[in-house]
Amino acid sequence: MALDVAAMRRNFPVFAHQPPPFHYLDNAATGQICAAAAEALRTFETAGRANVKRGVYRLADRATQAFAEARERMAAYLGATRPEEVILTSGTTFGLNLAAHVLEARVGPDDAILVSRLEHHSNIVPWQMLAERRGARIRALGVTEEGRLDLRDLEAAIDRRTRIVAVTHCSNVTGAVTDLAPLVARARAVGALVVVDGAQRVPHGPLEVASLGCDIYALSAHKMFGATGAGALWIRHDLLETLPPFLGGGEMISRVTIEESRYAPPPHRFEAGTPPIGPVLAMGAAADWLAGLDWQAILAHEKRLTARLIAGLEALPGLRLIGPRDLDDRYGVVAFEVAGVHAHDVCQLLDGFGVCTRGGHHCAQPLMDAFGTVATVRASLAPYNDADDIDALLEGLEQVIRILR
Amino acid sequence: MTMDLYNRRIVEAAKRARERGRLADADVSVTRDNPLCGDRITLDLRFEGERIAALGLRVRGCLLTEAAATLLAERGVGATPRELWRAQEDLRRLLAGEAGEPVWPELAMFRPVAGVKSRHECVLLPFEAAAEALARGRAERA
Repeated sequence: MALDVAAMRRNFPVFAHQPPPFHYLDNAATGQICAAAAEALRTFETAGRANVKRGVYRLADRATQAFAEARERMAAYLGATRPEEVILTSGTTFGLNLAAHVLEARVGPDDAILVSRLEHHSNIVPWQMLAERRGARIRALGVTEEGRLDLRDLEAAIDRRTRIVAVTHCSNVTGAVTDLAPLVARARAVGALVVVDGAQRVPHGPLEVASLGCDIYALSAHKMFGATGAGALWIRHDLLETLPPFLGGGEMISRVTIEESRYAPPPHRFEAGTPPIGPVLAMGAAADWLAGLDWQAILAHEKRLTARLIAGLEALPGLRLIGPRDLDDRYGVVAFEVAGVHAHDVCQLLDGFGVCTRGGHHCAQPLMDAFGTVATVRASLAPYNDADDIDALLEGLEQVIRILR
Repeated sequence: MTMDLYNRRIVEAAKRARERGRLADADVSVTRDNPLCGDRITLDLRFEGERIAALGLRVRGCLLTEAAATLLAERGVGATPRELWRAQEDLRRLLAGEAGEPVWPELAMFRPVAGVKSRHECVLLPFEAAAEALARGRAERA
């Protein structure tokens, strides 16, 4: 059944607040909060606020219970085998940094960490920092001309010195979805761990993380229509049990004396201090709401819009797409350059037409380097976008080209 | 608002930045990046005494960065460090929305940028590069 976009928009409070024209096409940066998440956040912060995991009075107990349920909802959305595999974080960046710290002892001098040119800086810099701490080397998989991860010659890229393979599940610039299976198979063959940045994948429907074969999977709530300030890090349970803590503090211990501390079992071992409770509850509510949607209809809708966008861009003079033209194994994230016009100037002028796009390097400078550019314009889709949004962008671009070129 | 940002003077000034080149015999060269977008300016200065005798530049940036670089190049030659710092300070004040005539009246073309916080760095980038170049020039002469 076709997606009812008008009904979908009623689930997002922003559309009641922003006067038209409002064409929000910056969903890869942050999605709009859905009503279920907004309500969970508001209810907790205004009517049910208490700290979690300690208090025994009813208000605190309800907060603790809601927090545990949010973890269960995220586990269900991700397809985790058990809720304890889900560490609640402040977002993908925190999750990947956590991973880079708890895996430190597994990386030694002259070992290698494999990243890729397709990564967001969040999945490069923490690994560079780890490599520097341990005297290890960073290697990088390249990208194809289509903006996909280049998976040729994995035998050479992942060798017996490779300890960690850190790749994106979906590029935040090109929208390309990574075929994880060959990467995972090769990593398994040499005993390397696979860490996946799932920030751009999770807004596009529930997944079966346990079936992907990876070891660690990081995500942010705000990209999946939750609040800012929350995220999750899934770690396969048998690996999780073996890992040391990251941050020290309250909530992550089983016993503290002046001389030493013993640590709580996972996931609490990795959740020091008061967590972002409201945003986590909102994330759980978003996951629950998303899990109930008709994803077949949504993905077909997004695919139609992506096709309309790519065809429209290709019809404009001097446009260069940075990413795949085909519609399979990709999501609706489309980056492009306008010859002779800087991406920021394009985005600034598009704003005048009510079109919200992102211009810049998208925290992916190695990818920009690979394509010989500094900055691109990016339009990224969500279930509440429609053909009017695409057409407004394309018409705006025509005007921009006329004004600035 | 948006079209104010791209007023004729800014667009024309930006075009002139593309016609400029580097200095072959610079006393100081500085490269500054805008971390938000990856834009980059390389600025060359040659001094005669305290004054800036010649200024070269290469800009890889948006219209606002290009226009600010042009203004710097056109007004900076012959200026003292004090005058250039004053211009930078006036530009900051102008972007903060404060009233008053800047030391270089042409800076006023950037007044519409005051309302767009995310673009302030675009305009300031060439001036920050110049301030760094002046500081290095002073240190090297000391």
